[in-house]
Parts: sequence; C-alpha cells; structure tokens
Amino acid sequence: MTAAGGSEAFVRFADVQKSYDGETLVVKSLNLDIERGEFLTMLGPSGSGKTTCLMMLAGFETATFGEIFLDGRPINNVAPHRRDIGMVFQNYALFPHMTVHENLAFPLEVRKLGKAEVEERVARALDMVELAGFGGRRPAQLSGGQQQRVAVARALVFEPKLVLMDEPLGALDKQLREQMQFEIRHIHERLGVTVVYVTHDQSEALTMSNRIAVFNDGVIQQLSTPEGLYERPENAFVAQFIGENNRLVGAVSERHGDTCAVTTVEGEVVKALAVSCGTTGEPTTLSLRPERVTVAPEPGSCPNVFDAVVEELIYLGDHVRSRLRLLGNDEFIVKVPNSGLIRPMRVGETVQVGWSAEDCRALDSPSTAPVFD
Amino acid sequence: MSAVSPDTPAMLTTADGAPLKVSFDRALRRSRLKALALVLPLFAFLLITFLVPIGDMLLRSVENQLVGNVLHRTVKALDHWDQGSGELPDEEAFAALVADFQEGRENRTIGRVGVRLNYESGGMSSLFRKTGRRAKRITEAPFREAMIKLDKRWGNLDVWRLIKRESDAYTASYYLSAVDMRFIADGSIARQDENRQIYVRLFGRTLWLSLVITVLCLLLGYPISYLMATLPVRTSNLLMIMVLLPFWTSLLVRTTCWIALLQQQGVINDLLVWVGIIGEDNRLAMIHNRTGTIIAMTHILLPFMVLPLYSVMKTIPPSYLRAARSLGANPFTAFVRVYMPNTVAGVGAGSILVFIIAIGYYITPALVGGTSGTLISNFIAHHMQVSLNWGLAAALGALLLAAVLALYVLYDKIVGIDNMKLG
Ligand SMILES: Nc1ncnc2c1ncn2[C@@H]1O[C@H](COP(=O)(O)OP(=O)(O)OP(=O)(O)O)[C@@H](O)[C@H]1O
Ligand SMILES: [Mg+2]
Repeated sequence: MTAAGGSEAFVRFADVQKSYDGETLVVKSLNLDIERGEFLTMLGPSGSGKTTCLMMLAGFETATFGEIFLDGRPINNVAPHRRDIGMVFQNYALFPHMTVHENLAFPLEVRKLGKAEVEERVARALDMVELAGFGGRRPAQLSGGQQQRVAVARALVFEPKLVLMDEPLGALDKQLREQMQFEIRHIHERLGVTVVYVTHDQSEALTMSNRIAVFNDGVIQQLSTPEGLYERPENAFVAQFIGENNRLVGAVSERHGDTCAVTTVEGEVVKALAVSCGTTGEPTTLSLRPERVTVAPEPGSCPNVFDAVVEELIYLGDHVRSRLRLLGNDEFIVKVPNSGLIRPMRVGETVQVGWSAEDCRALDSPSTAPVFD
Repeated sequence: MSAVSPDTPAMLTTADGAPLKVSFDRALRRSRLKALALVLPLFAFLLITFLVPIGDMLLRSVENQLVGNVLHRTVKALDHWDQGSGELPDEEAFAALVADFQEGRENRTIGRVGVRLNYESGGMSSLFRKTGRRAKRITEAPFREAMIKLDKRWGNLDVWRLIKRESDAYTASYYLSAVDMRFIADGSIARQDENRQIYVRLFGRTLWLSLVITVLCLLLGYPISYLMATLPVRTSNLLMIMVLLPFWTSLLVRTTCWIALLQQQGVINDLLVWVGIIGEDNRLAMIHNRTGTIIAMTHILLPFMVLPLYSVMKTIPPSYLRAARSLGANPFTAFVRVYMPNTVAGVGAGSILVFIIAIGYYITPALVGGTSGTLISNFIAHHMQVSLNWGLAAALGALLLAAVLALYVLYDKIVGIDNMKLG
C-alpha cells in the first residue's frame, strides 16, 4: 500500500500507532512515505484518524508506538516549535489580538530575524496571497476567504519545508473553496514545498493532490494518484468512497488468473476483473462506474449483457442519469451521454445494458466494507 | 380607496379600517407597556434599596440643618454681625441665644447641637450641656453679662464664629474631617493635628491592601483558571467545586477557621515549631494584623477572580497555542505573547471586581485585622454604630464610592468596559 521505503522519503511514518485511551487504536500501524515537494492528501470519513496523524506529525500528539521521520531524522522527541513545520488550522487560529501584519511577523520575530528582513518577508507573503494593503487589519475585520489566505501566508512566511493543512477550506462556501483550492495548488507548485493536506471532501482531494491516502478506521485503505484511486480502487471501501459507484454482491464461482466469474444472488453470472476478491466460493463486491455501462450494446461487444428495467430518469443536460433495476439491485445508476445517437429511454421499459470485464472490479466482501451513500 | 381624491396621499389602513400608523403605534405601545411592567419590580427594588440610600448618604455627608434649626433666633441675630470686627455680637444676639437655649432645652434638641459642634471643636458639648441646664434661670437683660457669667467661653469670639459658620444648611466640614483637615477658628482650612490624622492613612492602607489582595488573587487564580479551562470537563468540574466551596460556607465559619489556623497557638505555628523551623518563643503573628487580613481576604475573594478568568479562558481555542508553537514559539513565548493577551478582558474584570469588593470589605478585617489590618469600612461602621457621627460616616462612604467610580472610569479608558467579561 505504501511507497517503497527508500531512505530519500521526506516524511516517513514507520509502523505508527496511536491510542488516546489505552483501549482502542485510533491509528493502526501506519506506514507512509511522503516525498519531497509532494502534495499528499489524507482523505477519509469523519473519525478515521486523519487529524490525529497530522497532529503526530506536527508534534502535538505523541505516537503510542512507532517512529516518525522528517528528512531522515526521527522527530518523536523534537518539540513542536523545533520541527519547522508550517500549519494551517481548520479555523485558521489567527491571533485575534494581532493585526494581519503582526500575525505574519510572529514566526519571524520568534526566530529573531532582523527588522528589515521581517518587513520584507511579510510584504512578500502578503503579496503572494494578494492581500497587500490589509496588513493593518485585525483578523476579525477580514472575510472568511481573506482570513484563510492570511493563515496560509502565515504558515509559509517562515519558509518551512513542510506545510500541514487540516481541512483549511472547510468553513468556506463552495465557490470560494474552489478558488482557494486553485490558489493553494498554485502556491504549492511555485514554492515547491511539501504539503500534507487533510480533507473529507473527495473532489477537493482529487483536484489538488499528487497522491491521496484514503483513511478508514485508522488504516490507509489505498495510497494512490487521483487517477489510480478512481480508475483502480483496490477495495470496496475506496470504490464506494471515491466517486459514484454501482455495487453488486455475489460469490466467486470461477477464477482464472486476473479474471473471474461471479454468481449474483439471482443466479446470474458476471465476468469481472479479480482485484481483491477471495478464492472460489467466497463472497465479493463488484464495483462498476456508472459511466462505464453501455445501454443497448452491439451484440457480442460486451461479455456482460443483462436486461434492466428503467426506474427513473433525470435529465442533466450533457447526460441523462438513469436509475435501473438490474440483478436485484434497483439503485443501479447509468450515465447516458446526451449524444443524440441513442434512442431516449422511457420509464418502465426494459433495456439491455452491458459492460466489459475490465471495468467491473471484483473487490473484497461487503461485510468488511461500510456503506457510504 | 376609490373615494380618496388624487391630491391627498392615499392613507394605508388595516383590515378594520383604522389607519395603519395608528394601529402600529397602538401595537408598539402595548409591547412597550408590557416591557415596562416586566422591569418595573426590579426598578422599584433598585430604587428603594440602592439609589435612595445612596442619595440619602450623599445628602447626609453635607447636610447641616441642625444648628440653623435649633438656634434659629441666634443665627438670624448673627446675620449682621461682622465676625472679623473683633467684637462680640450685640445684646440682641445674646438674648436670642438665651431664648434658643430655653426652647431647645424644652424639646431636648440643644444637646444634639452641642454634640454636632463638638465634632468641630472640643468642649462644645459640655458647654452646651452646662448652658442648657442653667439658661432657664436667665430671665432678664443684660443677657450678655449673664451668659458670660454663666460660662466665660460665651465671651470667646471663636465660639460665636463656629456657630455662625455651622449655621449654613450645608457644610463641607465632614468631607474635611474625612481627609484629615478642618476649619480653624478664623474659618480657613488647615491640616488636622498630627495625632488626629487617621483617615488619609487609612484610605491609603485600604487601597494598598486591596491592591496586594488583588495581585495575590490574580497570581493564585490565573494558573487555576488556566488549568480548569484546559483540563477535561470532569477534572475541571472538580476543581471548580473546590474553588466555589468557599462560596457555600458561611463567611464567619471560614474566618474562624483562619483564626484557628493562624493564631499564635494555632495549627500552623504548632507545625512550624514542631518541625523546628521557628523556636517556641518566636511564634509568628499571622492573625489580628495586616497579614491576617490579607490571607483571609485573599481566600474569600479568590472565586471573584477565578470565575471571570475561567469564563474568558474557556473561550480561547487551544489551537491558538498550537498555532503559536507550530510557528516556532517556545511554550513560554507562546503563552506570553498569544495566550495572555487574549485573557486581558478576564484579568481586568476579575481584578476590578476583587479590588472593588476589597476596598469596601468590612467583616473579615473587623474579625482578623487587629489594629494594623482594619480598613476604612471598619471606621465607617464605627461612626455609624458607636460615635453616631453619621455625617462623617457618609462622607467617608461617599469618598469610597468616588474611588470606585474613578476606578471604573479608568478601566473603561484603558481596557474598555465592553470588553469586561464577568462570567
Ligand atoms: N484528544 C482526543 N482524546 C481522545 N480521543 C480522541 C482525541 N482526538 C481524537 N480522538 C478520537 O480519535 C478518533 C480519530 O479522530 P481524528 O480527529 O483523528 O479524526 P479525523 O479523521 O480528523 O475526523 P474529522 O474528519 O471529523 O476531523 C476519533 O474517534 C476521535 O473520537
Ligand atoms: Mg479532523
């Protein structure tokens, strides 16, 4: 699941475990290598241990077991203020009694930089986030988006090699959030800092990151690029958590190397790509992206062709979102492109749908995968 | 609405045809009346128990009707007497004085005038008692000789000047006494004799001790409040109960406990002797003096510091300190530069509360203060209960009130009263 443990990893979690109460593990045996200059996102549902990992990295929580390395150095016993890690907090944590300028100057002053240099760097940081001229304001006199920028500028002004961001855009509205995603991404590319970013918004993770670590229940479920995560989910949790997904349950009836045949509850046989399913006879979850399903396929073009009843149609302009009943699943979603070539479907009629074996991934059993809708 | 002619603006009406504005005013008036009815009881209570007594106190501190009322004939006769002439008043004034004395003796008011004038000049009380007893025997002129024969002090110009001066309906003499000054015989103002100067020193001591107590409360209360604000709820509730425990115990019980602990044969001295830190014959004097007052009052006033501090600290997100640490500040710098400035409102509120309560505190210094630990309020009580010099008590109280108000204004200037968080 993790990148190969080369010694050049910039941040490295080695078998890290964390328990707050001595009874339950909030983080279970975390192994994670983060490369220099990478934008890595920790994505996962609430309570999955993302913040805890970030806090251990920042030094505000100690690992119960295991070691964290920064730039090859073990940092378990290094105090937070000696780690030189910039951090953007969820509610920004701007100091309300200081002006924007003083907030930005704070990390430089505690590093005992000369006055001229402080001025210069603060001015540069304000320029970077396009807030020149706002230096004299108090945080309370700024809008949410402006506060967010100040927080980013403050975490970067002392030029740390690593910046942590814990849901930094959670408090912003959608439009502003998208704009800030772009700006943070831009700053990351320009400065080349390593960013560890926490969010539970998957679209945010997909648009911003080099790699994404999907967390659930204190375990990294999959560590991959955004594309890999969407195209090649390795287990039912990831398939369900990232993007839209059709689930079909069944049991493996045959297995030949990479492919397998799965028998559904209804007794139909589906050909699929064996990813993380068990051996013959074991239950499995089939995962299929809605846009990979073809309506009325050419005869012989798909190994999997089934009859489906149209339950509901939603017109969305560029495509029609159709809900079908198929193989005992009446939540089967198909996205039909509005290309004008396909005859419009009608509610209640029976149509044929088909898909290839490679697009249908046989993953682990549903009992181990919590449902996310 | 068709009946409305085009040149008069259309008037909006409600469903029942009444003009909108009238109904609106009526509805508004009703809700105002309701609000008034709700605050009225409290307002009346405050008026009767707070504003009226304070007004009465302020009035008493300057009021001086007694001399003018009882010696009304004399005062009238003294109208055209030039007190700078070096001459005694004329026969007419003496006649009036005799008449006033006879009347005052009859309705038993003359003694009070003596007591009142005695505040200004010693011996006046005895002069008035003596004269009061004998004045009825003087029935015919010449009154001046008869009075001087009765007591030769009636031939003293200063006595007459005093009567003339104190005949005004209002006097500043109580306030002068309260700041260790007095009118001397010729009517000018001078310092009180060295051995009678007590109040200025007492005010100074009161302010100083209150300051010491406030600072001690802050030093003790700040860490506790910080702990309570940062610990998990269960532990912090326990601490809170311990802080509030003094509130639930009788003041008298607590003070008595301090006596038992701190007295020369008390627990702490016994312990120190037993351990061998001090010898048997130089046990520490920790009660019935200034130390006792400071210790006992700090204990009693601590909750007034902790509660505002706690309520302010509770609102400071822990992420501030974390942010400061992550920005490179060591724990000390982070605390001083980021945490403490955010607690200013609580420090201000707690300090001003403790200070104001301390400068007016009465019972504890009375019980454990001895002579060196008594405060101005103990003297106010003395003048109200023992010497019955209510005017002076009122003047001292008014000065105390002025000090509190000055402090309030000062606080408003520096911190801003809107920032005060009392809980
Ligand atoms: N200080 C703490 N003491 C005890 N338990 C904690 C503490 N902080 C977090 N936990 C527990 O650890 C688990 C993981 O919490 P964490 O904050 O890391 O989740 P998260 O992934 O950041 O979730 P979210 O998306 O809601 O922020 C949760 O079950 C939480 O209850
Ligand atoms: Mg979190």
